[in-house]
Amino acid sequence: MQKRYVSIWFRHLLADWQLIRRPELAEVPFVFAAPDHGRMLITAVSPLAHNFGVETGMQSADAKAICPGLEILDDKPDRPLKLLRGLGEWCVRYSPFVAIDEFAMDGLLMDVSGCAHLWGGEREYLKEMVSRLKSKGYNVRLAFADTPGAAWAVSRFGTVTPLIPEGEHMEALLSLAPEALRLDTAVLLKLRKLGFYQIKSFIGMPRSVLRRRFGEEFLVRLAQALGTEQEVLQPLQVPVPFQERLSCLEPIKTRTGIELAITRLLEILCHRLQAEGKGLRRGVLTGYRLDGKVIQVTIGTSGATHSVSHLFKLFQLKIDQIKPGLGIELFVLEAPQVDDMVVPQEAIWTVKPGLDDQSVIRLLDKVAGKVGQEAIRRYLPATRYWPERSLKTANAVTEKRITDWNTDKPRPTELLRRPDPIEVMALIPDHPPKFFIYNGVQHYIVKADGPERIEREWWMDKGEHRDYYQVEDDLGQRYWLFRSGHYDGDQKYKWFIHGFFA
Amino acid sequence: MDMKRDLIHKLQQNILMWQGYRPTVAASSEQIGLGVIESAFPGGVFPKRAIHEFITVFPEQAAASGGFIAGLLAVLMDGGAACVWVSTSRRLFPAALRAFNADPERIIFVDVKTEKDVLWIMEEALKCEGLAAVVAELNQLSLTASRRLQLAVEESGVTGFILRKEARKTAGSVTAARWQISPLPSNAEDGLPGLGFPRWQVELQKVRNGNPGSWILEWAGDAFVEVAPLQKENIWSEDRNRQIG
Repeated sequence: MQKRYVSIWFRHLLADWQLIRRPELAEVPFVFAAPDHGRMLITAVSPLAHNFGVETGMQSADAKAICPGLEILDDKPDRPLKLLRGLGEWCVRYSPFVAIDEFAMDGLLMDVSGCAHLWGGEREYLKEMVSRLKSKGYNVRLAFADTPGAAWAVSRFGTVTPLIPEGEHMEALLSLAPEALRLDTAVLLKLRKLGFYQIKSFIGMPRSVLRRRFGEEFLVRLAQALGTEQEVLQPLQVPVPFQERLSCLEPIKTRTGIELAITRLLEILCHRLQAEGKGLRRGVLTGYRLDGKVIQVTIGTSGATHSVSHLFKLFQLKIDQIKPGLGIELFVLEAPQVDDMVVPQEAIWTVKPGLDDQSVIRLLDKVAGKVGQEAIRRYLPATRYWPERSLKTANAVTEKRITDWNTDKPRPTELLRRPDPIEVMALIPDHPPKFFIYNGVQHYIVKADGPERIEREWWMDKGEHRDYYQVEDDLGQRYWLFRSGHYDGDQKYKWFIHGFFA
Repeated sequence: MDMKRDLIHKLQQNILMWQGYRPTVAASSEQIGLGVIESAFPGGVFPKRAIHEFITVFPEQAAASGGFIAGLLAVLMDGGAACVWVSTSRRLFPAALRAFNADPERIIFVDVKTEKDVLWIMEEALKCEGLAAVVAELNQLSLTASRRLQLAVEESGVTGFILRKEARKTAGSVTAARWQISPLPSNAEDGLPGLGFPRWQVELQKVRNGNPGSWILEWAGDAFVEVAPLQKENIWSEDRNRQIG
């Protein structure tokens, strides 16, 4: 299909924005200025101020001399970007692919291939966009063309028509000024000096000549406008392949309505997932409310699934968080994370239950929906000796351990999250304690094993090694104690309790 | 008269069945590895379709109960089944379970903030037939909550363990058995220095339709072994409230 692009140029982006916020400025010429090398340089001009001859790049003092009633407002460097991002997100209603025009920072570029017919043709599509943006208060110029470059050029410099039919963008470009090609000022000056006032006067020249005179960048821009080179645009919202939308004739307010909407969306999405052999891992339901607010609920599954009933149950747990307000007019269900799914064969005999048992996976999804995925952990052995780091959490239910569990050294059944300091009496240099006091209770040690020395991972953290002892007191209670570091003269060593044995 | 007695006996058997106990005939293959203790349960079978309550007052007892449960889990999870362990303040060190033959990687730990969540998750998990067992660490258990859990268990056949930290609040619950596991001095073989196998005083304080009792048990590396009671030597240290110095 022929690609089609729309370029939107906000002629006075900042000024229009300011006028929407402060309508009382309508009769006042104003400019935005930012400090630059100790003076105030004008960064944006309102239409009224422009009539007085004030231009961007002037010093604010000069501008004041030309236009006595000029109001000077402070500018922030990233304000146009923020505004464009907001406008771009609003424009997603016209096309899923909206990018910010990064050359001039005062417009948007949209890939609208296959979108225009939804509004009844390109002319109606353009009209709708212009009127909606105008009614919001933005003065815009739009153009429709086969390449982003051509659309950009026509929206800013075109004089005949904003609608360039398919395959005619080259003719439309011919009579435009070289500025329409998005070139550097230095190149533009050179072109002007050489007497090239229109694109047609140099477009037919050999590429080698052009490259020698104006550089590679110039050729790239020219090729992008003509469509011989693909221009890469960065979309504001990365399109999600698994996305379904359901717009409602009447805004939905009731729980039953929301449930119906979710079921409808899940049926379509799961059908697609099933056809492609995928399963959902994360699902996001977005509801666009009548009053412009957006509500979102997210679910996650521990294993890929495309079962409508199961996913519906997970969403059901979240329905209470959906506040419909005046009503929801559009539901969008996305699956930002999907996994390949092996469809299990129907088992004739019951297989052994295990972690990948469907009922277990469903249980975990349900629990994750209630208390969050981060509350559920499964541990695998890590190849490290430091007790706190000898485990790692598994990422998925199906993850298998790589190394064996280490059983040759005793490990306590209960491990304290942080070792607790204890007071001990012990013989030096390497004897286990005779007794220790923990939480105010004295324990007389009868039997002991050890020491087991565990060194710190010196490449990660500094500190003393630990000498672990497994001890049993006179009541038969078993503890895991350790001494941090060597004995030395100034008594800096310390004893800790780190766990309880069964 | 004889008919009546037969009928009553049959009805009693039925009640036992509904409560999760199996008749002795099917029992031989369903040993849990507890040896003598199993005879304390009705029919001589460890009830798998039931809730077992473990009273732990001191952290040492909690550790001992953890080890004991791990030994039971090893049998219950035999064949690859999974287990869920729910807690608000878990200290269990999964790597240690391997020493009791249980496979730590098949235990799913859920750490939540409130006891209410623990109960909710335990009930949901007990309804899940794909699991072998569910362990929950709870401080309090009301009668209503324990009934709900028991109902969930009877439907699915998942074994439930509750580790209770506040023994003073042993208000009525409908659990099938109430245990208390306390550590005992170990005995190294042949008088070798160092620690022997973990040894516990296993008290079965309450068994529904069974006989409570107390035993000394040892985890002998790969199975529970019953030990004859030893002579206590130093009586003075029995006093837990002794002061320092």
